[in-house]
Amino acid sequence: MLKDITIGQYFPGSSFLHRLDPRIKIILTIAYIVMLFVVSNAVGFLVGIGLLAVCYAVSKIPAKMMFKGIKPIIPIVIFTGILNLFFVSGTPIFEWGFFKITYEGLRLAVIMAIRILALIAGASLLTYTTSPIELTDAIESLLKPLKALRFPVHELAMMMTIALRFIPTLIEETDKIMSAQKARGADFESGNLLHRAKALVPILIPLFISAFRRADDLAMAMECRCYHGGEGRTRMKQLRLGAIDLYGSLIVTACIAAVVCINLFVPAPF
Amino acid sequence: MEQIIKTEELVFDYPAQTPEEKGVQVLKSVDFTVKKGEFVAVLGHNGSGKSTLAKHFNAVLKPTSGKVLVEGIDTADETKLLEIRQRVGMVFQNPDNQIVATIVEEDVAFGLENLGVEPKEIRRRVDEALRKVDMVEYYRHSPHQLSGGQKQRVAIAGIIAMRPDCIVLDEPTAMLDPRGRREVLSTVRELNRENGITVILITHYMDEAVKADRVVVVDEGKILLEGTPKEVFRNVELLKNVGLDVPQVTELAYELRKEGIDIPDDILTEEECTAYLSKLLEEL
Repeated sequence: MLKDITIGQYFPGSSFLHRLDPRIKIILTIAYIVMLFVVSNAVGFLVGIGLLAVCYAVSKIPAKMMFKGIKPIIPIVIFTGILNLFFVSGTPIFEWGFFKITYEGLRLAVIMAIRILALIAGASLLTYTTSPIELTDAIESLLKPLKALRFPVHELAMMMTIALRFIPTLIEETDKIMSAQKARGADFESGNLLHRAKALVPILIPLFISAFRRADDLAMAMECRCYHGGEGRTRMKQLRLGAIDLYGSLIVTACIAAVVCINLFVPAPF
Repeated sequence: MEQIIKTEELVFDYPAQTPEEKGVQVLKSVDFTVKKGEFVAVLGHNGSGKSTLAKHFNAVLKPTSGKVLVEGIDTADETKLLEIRQRVGMVFQNPDNQIVATIVEEDVAFGLENLGVEPKEIRRRVDEALRKVDMVEYYRHSPHQLSGGQKQRVAIAGIIAMRPDCIVLDEPTAMLDPRGRREVLSTVRELNRENGITVILITHYMDEAVKADRVVVVDEGKILLEGTPKEVFRNVELLKNVGLDVPQVTELAYELRKEGIDIPDDILTEEECTAYLSKLLEEL
């Protein structure tokens, strides 16, 4: 049952977006998110969402996957919507007892909902089109300048790699421990929440012990393979920028710039 | 022939856990040499000190007293650590716990990346190593999609990519099914024969030791017996006394001799055994 968990949400493919350098994708995603928070103009949002839609179409990610990614955050969207709706002061358009909806509140509620949904959809597109390994490499490469400030960039990337490597192993192990405890009469399915939480203890303890043992073994194996930190280390796969990265970033940057210009110079329709 | 590994009066104590406790002496004055190109099997039951001995060969452990020389380099020399570990690679028992990367080829490249080899050269050596262990078609797989034997071969590829002179395998087949065991052993033998890599195989499977050039039996931190498989396995009673088995055919021959039947005491393979038995039956 635990086997169904997938790491990240990578959707393999070979589209233009898949082939883009992961570093470019991260930077463009960040730029896109910043844009979402700068813009407060309906026309701007329309263009921004249009850009996202085109990207989804190009990457051939099924719309079903996009909605699956958005679904978990809908409660948050509704919650922020309600907060904005009732607690922003301004010209009232509706009043009932002490409930009061203002024009500004309504406007902000709609804008925040659009922002959050577009943000999640945009960030998901990054993880849909980039494998976890590519993401790790890109983060290591992008954070490299921080090395000067003694930020442990290489160690961070190594930790992410090892975590990714051991997630399936530990899930398998959890499955095994659960079966073993069930065979000894453990019950994970009945009782109230507290009861069930307590039932997890006999799974977590062996899992932790085994994880520490694995860590110990792995550390020794890594040392035996001459691991001595990031110093003097080379990489087999070098990230290289190509023509498609240039085109990709030009197109997206142009769109983002256009959206920001619209926001500045075109009067808001409402 | 040139000696690749040499220990001189090697003693190793595990330090005491608490002040009241005494440390445990695991190795008691071991003199052990391995020649270049040899295939040596080290036998011993659990707790005999065979794994501890193996961990001295690439400076994972340092001797309490005595010396370990790897191609003439003293393993106590901290500055030569990387050089020693590049020359003597080590493969461990649990295949899951020695694979670092999420993709087979990246894992094979790990050691080379640590050594600071040029990216193009890494690519070349990774492909070569994967070819040698016959895992080329799995190069983009993630480790958890592989069987135990395949994972262990990936681990071996990660070691041979560093072009070591010697590989130490610490019970590499203990967690594998029979098929995985065969895969790993034939890979190791091939590397020894065709690439001249020295192999030190730590094991408690007798049938694995039979095919070695030399067998060393370790018991209670000392070398008990040493010699060709035939020389070693002839000592059936001694081996049984220290909790080890002998190959089944050797035991059969031993029992037959006890009953007064004339059969050599150094039979190791089934073919030899059947040949002798059919000869005996014809004589009857």
